Amino acid sequence: MLKVIEQLEAKREAARQGGGPKRIEAQHAKGRLTARERLDILLDPGSFEELDMYVEHNCVDFGMEAQKIPGDGVVTGSGTINGRLVFVFSQDFTVFGGSLSERHAQKICKIMDMAMKVGAPVIGLNDSGGARIQEGVASLGGYAEVFQRNVLASGVVPQISLIMGPCAGGAVYSPAMTDFIFMVKDSSYMFVTGPDVVKTVTNEIVTQEELGGAVTHTTKSGVADLAMEDDVDALLRTRQFFDFLPLNNKQATPFRPSHDDPERIENSLDTLVPPSANKPYDMHELIRKVADEGDFFELQPSHAGNIIIGFARIEGSTVGIVANQPMVLAGVLDIASSKKAGRFVRFCDAFNIPIVTFVDVPGFLPGVAQEHNGIIKNGAKLLFAYAEATVPKITVITRKAYGGAYDVMASKHLRGDLNYAWPTAEIAVMGAKGAVEIIFRGKSAEEIAERTAEYEARFANPFVAASKGFVDEVIMPHSTRRRIAIGLRKLRTKSLENPWKKHDNIPL
Amino acid sequence: MFKKILIANRGEIACRVIKTARRMGIKTVAVYSDADAAALHVEMADEAVRLGPPPAAESYLLGDAIIAACKATGAEAVHPGYGFLSEREWFAKRLAEEGIAFIGPPPAAIAAMGDKIESKKLAKLAGVNVVPGFVGEIEDTEHAVRIATDIGYPVMMKASAGGGGKGMRLAFSEADVREGFEATKREGLASFGDDRVFIEKFVEQPRHIEIQVLGDQHGNIVYLGERECSIQRRHQKVVEEAPSPFVTPEMRRNMGEQAVRLAAAVGYYSAGTVELIVSGTDTTGQGFYFLEMNTRLQVEHPVTEEITGLDLVEQMIRVANGEKLAFTQDDVKLDGWAVETRVYAEDPYRGFLPSIGRLTHYRPPAGADGVRVDTGVVEGSEISMFYDPMIAKLITHGATREEAIDKQIVALDSYVLRGIGHNIDFLSAVMQHPRFRSGNITTGFIAEEYPDGFSGAAVSEATRHDLIAVAATIHAIRIEREAMIDNQLAGHGAVFGEDWVVMLGKDQVPVRVESYGDRFMVQHGDHEHEVETGWKPGTHTCVATVDGRQVAIQTERRGVGYRLTTRGAMHDVRVLTPRAAALAGHMIEKIPPDLSKYLLCPMPGLVMAINVADGDKVEAGQPLAIVEAMKMENILRAEKSGTVKTVRAKAGESLAVDAIILEFE
Repeated sequence: MLKVIEQLEAKREAARQGGGPKRIEAQHAKGRLTARERLDILLDPGSFEELDMYVEHNCVDFGMEAQKIPGDGVVTGSGTINGRLVFVFSQDFTVFGGSLSERHAQKICKIMDMAMKVGAPVIGLNDSGGARIQEGVASLGGYAEVFQRNVLASGVVPQISLIMGPCAGGAVYSPAMTDFIFMVKDSSYMFVTGPDVVKTVTNEIVTQEELGGAVTHTTKSGVADLAMEDDVDALLRTRQFFDFLPLNNKQATPFRPSHDDPERIENSLDTLVPPSANKPYDMHELIRKVADEGDFFELQPSHAGNIIIGFARIEGSTVGIVANQPMVLAGVLDIASSKKAGRFVRFCDAFNIPIVTFVDVPGFLPGVAQEHNGIIKNGAKLLFAYAEATVPKITVITRKAYGGAYDVMASKHLRGDLNYAWPTAEIAVMGAKGAVEIIFRGKSAEEIAERTAEYEARFANPFVAASKGFVDEVIMPHSTRRRIAIGLRKLRTKSLENPWKKHDNIPL
Repeated sequence: MFKKILIANRGEIACRVIKTARRMGIKTVAVYSDADAAALHVEMADEAVRLGPPPAAESYLLGDAIIAACKATGAEAVHPGYGFLSEREWFAKRLAEEGIAFIGPPPAAIAAMGDKIESKKLAKLAGVNVVPGFVGEIEDTEHAVRIATDIGYPVMMKASAGGGGKGMRLAFSEADVREGFEATKREGLASFGDDRVFIEKFVEQPRHIEIQVLGDQHGNIVYLGERECSIQRRHQKVVEEAPSPFVTPEMRRNMGEQAVRLAAAVGYYSAGTVELIVSGTDTTGQGFYFLEMNTRLQVEHPVTEEITGLDLVEQMIRVANGEKLAFTQDDVKLDGWAVETRVYAEDPYRGFLPSIGRLTHYRPPAGADGVRVDTGVVEGSEISMFYDPMIAKLITHGATREEAIDKQIVALDSYVLRGIGHNIDFLSAVMQHPRFRSGNITTGFIAEEYPDGFSGAAVSEATRHDLIAVAATIHAIRIEREAMIDNQLAGHGAVFGEDWVVMLGKDQVPVRVESYGDRFMVQHGDHEHEVETGWKPGTHTCVATVDGRQVAIQTERRGVGYRLTTRGAMHDVRVLTPRAAALAGHMIEKIPPDLSKYLLCPMPGLVMAINVADGDKVEAGQPLAIVEAMKMENILRAEKSGTVKTVRAKAGESLAVDAIILEFE
């Protein structure tokens, strides 16, 4: 018996060593932590329970049979974040460069299956050189097994991917199908084909960082949700983020007590909207003053900044925030912002997270590029997402709600539960000047000016919409937090179901 | 007494006048530009009248519009505040013609004193010491250069109608005169509608000390002691105090009597200030020279009010109403010490660049005993590019100078101001500065003590301990709360121990935190601190007692850490588990990107001129562009020699902060 225990200890110790001190040192020299160190920070101290520690690969080609390292390049198991269960896998770059073998994939699949069965989120820490080439098709098969589970888990349990090293080729598609991607600045990259292949095929010269670094994906492509400073920052931020998410699609949003008074009045919001209709203001201020403790976890802050998305809490429970941002492109809806917000709305709807929408939108962005790149179908994504969502939906129009964009932004017609407007709201087909120039085409400048004033008087306020019941109530800006808190309380028991269908056909 | 008065001003001074008028039972009328439609002074007044668009020349400087507003509202008198129309003879005259009282001095006195050239002649005649300078009109740059050379460098060029540091330039050489003379003229014209400039000798090692005088329409004039305003930055006052640590009772009497003599010579009444330049090395008590007389209420009048117990606005109103002063010189007694700091929308961490925008959070310190805040803004107010960058004045009063200064430090700690850059940390740093506290100050204090700009006040060992104790405490409170999330796995509740590592700057300080409700014991090394606080996540300021001492530390959550601000410095702090702290050692420190290849717009402003073109070779110090912001022309110079690669901005363009103006090779 004693001998077996000694053997076990020896085996555990060997597994903990990963690729050995030299490789660990190399990993540290790059400012990266090892797979197990990362889990130490991500999870509550002492909560990690590892599985499949002794799994080894089954490859016998190219001399691989002589190189076996227990764990086979990925650490898997479960633990807790602030006491809540989470399943994790953490790829170990010190072992075969974190490359994905058949067995490596099996380990990931095992914890994903368990997570699905018990209804707990999955967090993947990606740091892998790619497929285990020596294994050939077995490795490819492994990827596909993971992909399949990503898809089945989608909308059942939240899935978060942290990219903490290389992630290239087919490997990118697993994170791509998870709900959120966080990347580490200067040490992670994601691309389907790397700079060398790009150069050969298209003659474009580009660095890894430019092609698929954290900054690229959080500004240009919108593939990733956040760029983190370093490993420690990424892991601690992920802990914060995790606390906003329910564990699965059958659970209500998490609740955490807050001392912030739901009745808190914010007088300064009465002056947030500037007197001039063309002057921007920062919608973040409204969000932070409405949220509990001013705490807003924003996603994709640097991509499609004309729309703001992220999580906040009201009376201790999570809400999803979607808001037009007048500071960027006047808050217009375009392809990138529609895609960004559309996906977020669908996540919230899938996981019972109420959606609070703040509207100041002048319309859709005109332009050849927008039309040719499919603003029609891309804009429809956000419209579709809002229309199908059955979670509580509260909308506050702060200023402009023009044209089709008014309809899109969680309007009453898309089953908005409570649609409020500030006294500064203007709900109209378009701005007064444009409208009058169409209605009174060819008239004199004086008449146009006169009619513009008339149009403004009629539509540059929330009362026409309110008279039709499209706006439920005109509220004072300073009481926005209170109104939203009361609304969410009353909507907690909301029950609404869409007609049975296999799945919808959102314009992808 | 007047039944209704109009205040022809904005911001804190308008609010301050309204307060006194209200106390005296007088109704008030505010005036405003479009930029101020929702301003505090408009809200406070009983009535408000719109004047016009934001630029002062189209609103607050429109005398006729203000007179019309008086007539429309039935206001019987106008208080002009400071700046704007406060020292315009024609305005006072026009009011008199319309039968509206001017709450200020007689027009003749404004004319005599308002012009710096005329006033100097008069001062000389009245037997007041004056600084050598050129008295007369200067024709052009060549003339200016000749005059400056005659007087001897350094010289000061001043817009004749200027004040408050606007339109003033120091010249150490002929080149400076050539470069600055026209700009001084332009600023004078733009800000005051008068492009005359005068030149005088610049007294080195100077202190700025001024005498407050108050007279009635019956020939009584008293002086209300002095104020020292030596702490200035680019001739803009930052800190004022009364009395002055330099002035002896005898010197005070000398200065006061001279000031009264000058006031009497021009038939002065109402409140006025005789500004003196005082040589800090002259201990005879005679080393003071007349600079100018401000025929208005000064920004820094509250320090005089605090030590004399008088309400100067009330006195001005009573004098304008024809009342006699109710006291004599012998009744004027100075009680204790008062210090005023000016809270400006300027970012000391970025070379004091003006900052504009919305005050997203604004909580001035609560009115503790001996703490007064004169403010014209509320949370949500906009600091616009059209007016002065002063946000508020913080005035403290104590039995001694030290007490008044210490009250400043405490009050500044809990002054919450977010959304724009501000100088609160800098003010606190000055209050803590040993040289300031010693009283050995000159107008060169800021330039001498902060030659390389400001990067936060020096951190004392006591403050460092407070920061560690408070960081550990607020983190413990946060962690305790995070552990209260629902749906936890049974048996996996609060799992964090009491050991943490406070990452403060480059230091890693292992701490042990034990929590007993609102009381926390924080241990590190040989130190143990008892912290008591009701701080909750989301609160802007952690008010706590640390080992029985009251501290206020502003807390702002930044990602996974906190920004703690106290005692004039900001600290980005993280509190990690010992394990995470150990692993954090492997992280590579990020090197900030190299911006030296670019000339960035240092503040939001308008490009007045670009002095170079693509391919130009430039020398260090050479002017590259002029950006106007907050009524000031800022010359942007090359930091080092190089070649201009591309000019990205052009004259007339409005730029945001950090916008690229040009790129070097």
